[in-house]
Amino acid sequence: MKSDLITIIKKEFARFFGDKRMVATALLPGVLIYVMYSFMGSSMTEMYEPDDDYVYEINIVNMPQSLAFLEEVEEVEISKIEAKEADAVKDAIREDEADILVVFPENFDVEMLSYDVMTATTPAPNVEIYYNSADTESSSAYSIMHETLNQYEQAFANKFDICQGDKEYDLASDEDVSAMIISMVMPMLVLMMLFTGCLSASAESIAGEKERGTIATLLVTPMKRRDLALGKMISLSVIGLFSGISSFAGIMLSLPKLMGGLEDVKFGYDVADYGVLLLVIVATTLLIVGMISIISAFAKSVKEASNMATPLMLVVTLTGVTNMMGNGMPQEWYWYLIPIYNTTQCMNGVFSMDYQMLPVVITCIANVVYSGVLVVVLTKMFGSERIMYT
Amino acid sequence: MEQRVIVKAAGLRKTFKLSKKQQTIQKTKDKVKVAVDGLDFEAYEGEIFGILGPNGAGKTTTLRMLSTLIKPDGGDAWIDGSSVVSNPEEVRGKIGFLTSELKLEDFFTPNYLFDFFSELHGVAPEVRDARKKAMFERFGIDEFAEVKVANMSTGMKQKTSLVISLVHDPDIIIFDEPTNGLDVLTARVVTDYLKELKERGKTILLSTHIFSLVEKLCDRVGIVMDGRMVLSDTLENLTKDGDLEDKFFEICAEMEANK
Repeated sequence: MKSDLITIIKKEFARFFGDKRMVATALLPGVLIYVMYSFMGSSMTEMYEPDDDYVYEINIVNMPQSLAFLEEVEEVEISKIEAKEADAVKDAIREDEADILVVFPENFDVEMLSYDVMTATTPAPNVEIYYNSADTESSSAYSIMHETLNQYEQAFANKFDICQGDKEYDLASDEDVSAMIISMVMPMLVLMMLFTGCLSASAESIAGEKERGTIATLLVTPMKRRDLALGKMISLSVIGLFSGISSFAGIMLSLPKLMGGLEDVKFGYDVADYGVLLLVIVATTLLIVGMISIISAFAKSVKEASNMATPLMLVVTLTGVTNMMGNGMPQEWYWYLIPIYNTTQCMNGVFSMDYQMLPVVITCIANVVYSGVLVVVLTKMFGSERIMYT
Repeated sequence: MEQRVIVKAAGLRKTFKLSKKQQTIQKTKDKVKVAVDGLDFEAYEGEIFGILGPNGAGKTTTLRMLSTLIKPDGGDAWIDGSSVVSNPEEVRGKIGFLTSELKLEDFFTPNYLFDFFSELHGVAPEVRDARKKAMFERFGIDEFAEVKVANMSTGMKQKTSLVISLVHDPDIIIFDEPTNGLDVLTARVVTDYLKELKERGKTILLSTHIFSLVEKLCDRVGIVMDGRMVLSDTLENLTKDGDLEDKFFEICAEMEANK
């Protein structure tokens, strides 16, 4: 009966949305992900980049005349020191009290200019740079000095340049780069979040009702077992989706901050992309809820259901990383009949902004059909006294 | 006037598989336990039929088969003409079943649960509201209508379960040990209500091992032992030569002698 189906859905919603703790538990992963990723992003940026107005203190022994231009550079302050002071400066670097020490050989300019790589019998003049890799400022000063000296050395034997000047040589847009990064991590994260959201709700609703003896009270009403199974699966899918979307939003919102230190993150997805993504996620949620519901119906308690679902969660999560193998979405249609794998490939396509509609349609139909089969199995299980009353 | 048979069981049989652990506990090598073994009885419309028997005799299993919670391995039973084997959904619409196994969700209030189960039984909203008001007042639930089941006393929970089992005002009521675990005051409320239901023409099947309850309420009694209905008669006939307890032990002794 249609009304029984709606009655069950209404009751499941009343149970879930009426319980502030359950709603908070479902929303919490999204909020936590946002806070955690944002914090991680900010910390990483701060960790690897000193303040913009920081002036690096560069201690130099035997400062060559040819590098006098360094004294004009704004972000560095050159301290010319004697060789006998070098050990004291090294100690200061160890203690994070000085940035770097550069030791040039005596007569560096003469030795360098007279050195011929073809005829030399001794090693080239060696410049020593002492620094502390655990100190951000020291590391940055090292990079600046290393780069400057490298360029200075190359200038002597310059035959040709590669990608010189301010022109943009990387023709990928910011959106393309962001999409590539997102498409690698998101399928796994989305699947994991969906599974977690569905697991808590489904285990509570089916194994929990079994454990508390309340499902038997439902089973002595004239309602069809099929309505109970379908009603539970639909409502649990909505609840799982609610929790999954919260986590998804948490990831998407925190992603720019997480990657802020590395590059500009820009989302180039349009409404159609989000629509396709939602379609794939809805069909997958039904399937995941179906699988967890079957496990929950077998289990005698919520705890047992959670334990029994753990291997399935691992399989689903691992399938979520298959997009990192291979080269884009497979062309053959039959790959999209494999549950979860099809979702991963479709999500990968949508996130990398390179997908076709046929695989998406096959994926959605296949997942809905599998969910339908699981409804039939769950209906049979609700009718089995051996499963429901043991 | 001839009474109409409204509940009929014919050759009901139910077996359960025993696990190794259960075999050890019960000191048996049998892999199967026969809980109900070809049980027959008839209950007439408008009477209270008591099913009396010791623990493990098969009373609860019989009532669970009649309420379609479990399926018989053999035989059949008919509730107002509907078979528990071939038409369980119809049977569920005709009966009200109360047993300690059936629990109400702690999270909800009696008010919500009454409406929810009424919807599942297809009760019209106006009928439901009038019925809810009357029953909540009758059992003193009205003051607790918006209190979550989790926060109620055991007695109030039991009364709520009873009311919820009758949301659809069924003509046939099956109660398994209805006064078990209740204090004397709440037990009295339940027994008084059973009498009231009988006066309203309802048929009640009652399982218990309390003799006084049977003597107080039942018109006819079936004695179940080892999964079989060993005797079924009116209370009057069973107690004409002594009280029910004496008759019961007499039957027990006869059974033991015949083993």
